[in-house]
Amino acid sequence: MKRAWIAVAAASALLLSACGGGGDDTPADSAAQTIDIGSVYEPQNLDNTAGGGQGVTEALNGNVYEGLFRLTDAGTVEPLLATAHTVGEDGLTYTFTLADGVTFHSGKALTSADVKASIERVTAETSRSARKSSLAVIKEIATPDDKTVTVTLSAPSISFVYHLSYVWIVNTAAGDLTTTADGTGPYRLGEWKRGATLSLTRNDAYWGTKAKNAGAVFHYFTDATALNNALLTNAVDIVTSEQSPDALAQFESNPAYKINEGTSTTKLLLAFNDRVAPFDKVPVRKAVSAAIDNAKLLNSIWGEYGTLIGSMVPPGDPWYEDLTAVNAYDVEAAKRLLAEGGVPNGFTFTLDTPNYDPHPTAATFIKSELAKIGVTVEINTITSDEWYTKVYQERDFQATMQEHVNDRDVVWYGNPDFYWGYDNATVADLVKQAEAAKTEAAQADLLKQANKIIAAEAASDWLYLYPQIVVASADLSGYPLNGRNSQFFVYDIVKS
Amino acid sequence: MITYLVRRTALLLASLSLASVVLFLLLRFLPGDPVNALLSVGATDAQIEAARRELGTNEPVAAQFLSWLGDAVTFDLGRSLISNLAVGPEIAARLPVTVPLTLAGFVLAVLIAVPVGFLAAYRAEKWDGPLLNGVAQFGLAVPAFWLGLLLVTIFALNLRVLPAGGFPPAGWSDPAAAATALTLPVVTVALVMSASLIRYVRAATLDVLGSDFLRTARALGSSLPAAMWRHGLRNAAAPVIAVLAIELATTFLGAVVIESVFALPGLGSMLTRAIAQRDYPVIQGVMLVSTFAVLAVGFLGDVAQRVADPRLLRGRS
Repeated sequence: MKRAWIAVAAASALLLSACGGGGDDTPADSAAQTIDIGSVYEPQNLDNTAGGGQGVTEALNGNVYEGLFRLTDAGTVEPLLATAHTVGEDGLTYTFTLADGVTFHSGKALTSADVKASIERVTAETSRSARKSSLAVIKEIATPDDKTVTVTLSAPSISFVYHLSYVWIVNTAAGDLTTTADGTGPYRLGEWKRGATLSLTRNDAYWGTKAKNAGAVFHYFTDATALNNALLTNAVDIVTSEQSPDALAQFESNPAYKINEGTSTTKLLLAFNDRVAPFDKVPVRKAVSAAIDNAKLLNSIWGEYGTLIGSMVPPGDPWYEDLTAVNAYDVEAAKRLLAEGGVPNGFTFTLDTPNYDPHPTAATFIKSELAKIGVTVEINTITSDEWYTKVYQERDFQATMQEHVNDRDVVWYGNPDFYWGYDNATVADLVKQAEAAKTEAAQADLLKQANKIIAAEAASDWLYLYPQIVVASADLSGYPLNGRNSQFFVYDIVKS
Repeated sequence: MITYLVRRTALLLASLSLASVVLFLLLRFLPGDPVNALLSVGATDAQIEAARRELGTNEPVAAQFLSWLGDAVTFDLGRSLISNLAVGPEIAARLPVTVPLTLAGFVLAVLIAVPVGFLAAYRAEKWDGPLLNGVAQFGLAVPAFWLGLLLVTIFALNLRVLPAGGFPPAGWSDPAAAATALTLPVVTVALVMSASLIRYVRAATLDVLGSDFLRTARALGSSLPAAMWRHGLRNAAAPVIAVLAIELATTFLGAVVIESVFALPGLGSMLTRAIAQRDYPVIQGVMLVSTFAVLAVGFLGDVAQRVADPRLLRGRS
């Protein structure tokens, strides 16, 4: 029998030794390096007008595709494929001049016709672009010559140039863009192995400043632990967005890694249905907001990371103002406000809670906080799919929780038809005026005014702003920290 | 035998057709709308309606089923609602991960279970037999993903001898890298699967060891190994083949679970994602292929059983 035991042991040993070790490679020349990037956002397909999702923005925006303008990681809009633009007196006519010497990866030169076709892809009837409604203001696009594009709007839109930073200029003759790509960016699309990796290779014929590395491979994970393990074993150099607070401890204590906290635009909202009682009364919404200790909630979920916000506007937006003092945590004030709202003894409401983190935790916390002022919360856990149907489409809810990820989205409070039903004519007017403003300063000023009213009326309770955390090997530099709207520019990343 | 094969094949095809109907209807009657996964907050009612029209989910269920079935018999599994990519080639691209993972996990599980199960039975009266049996019992209670995480912690994070997950972009064109990537997943699947197999092998061995024919053979002067070889194995084969077929099917399902732990681009991760997105064509395609695999393994197991023990064939007719 001894022999049988030995056989089993030998087989196991053989199996283990058959698997070679990892080994570390440190290329000397940064231009020859490939950067390995870990992400949980795999594209659905490669076309951002065909429901490609945020993964396609992360991998391709600014890397493979470029817009007329670029939204920088700092949140400013700068010219890219358009070198100059003029706006007519009426604020309705935009004339763009295209940069010289720009070619697509296929070799075809960029012309104004490509720009026209690219914008029209986004506004087309079949388009699933999230930016479609923002660009609905376009009335006509003309191409007087190869270098010039003239866009006429039906109403002034100060955000137009900002919205254009989301429009990829594509070679529409390239074929099916859901599986292939033909852009003007510093990288060509390498290979997309569905479910695993997407690679980018440097475009040596790039018209602008060439990428500092030879290319990048995005590695996709569905499991956060698997993603962090990949970083711990050097299978990836960087994780674009850390989603799990628990995972950070293992990097904090390790000098081989660097944790970077950038400016997030993702807000966790306790959204009231402002149409229905008792949330149609301002004092009630204020009472609920004041009774919840947001600092304690944020701390229990993210520790030292994340920021408190007192409104829908995150610090990265041009119209940010610190409004955390409005409806600050104050249980006594909350009780007074309840009485003022006509429900001195409290009330009961149902909180529709998405079933994934951190919503269930936050809901339990809110329930115990509100118990202090006599308000009873019934937690109703729903899937994100149910959320979309029940809450977003049918508006069949009293209060809900949701994360709103985009920047510059305070303007939704100017739309009384939006799911949360906030209806204030002054705010709607301010939002409209801001969009028609002549200057960005005027726009910012008007939106600040609107935001103050929204916060003072506690249209929703803005629980906290998520941290935007990028964890990378300590020897890596040049990566974007803020990941604004899921962008992840790869071209400046180098390993030392 | 030929009558049996014909009858069994007909049964296989009938099961498959029934499975396809059930799969299709189950998905359609679950709550939720695939359109929701396509559109973000801010979509207008018009956009929602347009997306529904485009996907064909506004058609009656019967019409959707007939069109899907018509395509499926010509091996056209449709296009993903989410990515608009053809489902058939997508599944084919995942097989080089899932199939080797399943087969290697299964073979390794058998290699572990046969000697261990035999030892557990043979040494049932000693200290090590019950110990092996106890370990196998414990193994049954261990969830596969937990074992996977444990192995990753030991071999990838601490010892650094194996990767923690992922599959090389070059795939099997770099066989060493691909095999390395699959090692921990294979071991995880094998350990989990061997736990139940050990108990079957142990029970079968105990039966044979206590059987009259073995005692008779020993009494007639045959050594234990010779008696086991001539009489024991043949008698144990038929039930073991049946169990192996079931186990192979289970291994396939186990492999599907383990793929997300190891970030492997196989059918399992494809299915997980598709379910989250209510991507009907993808879910149907993966389930259909999986169901077919499980039914086919059962079919082959049945046939092999009758080859190994022709008495079963006679008993039936």
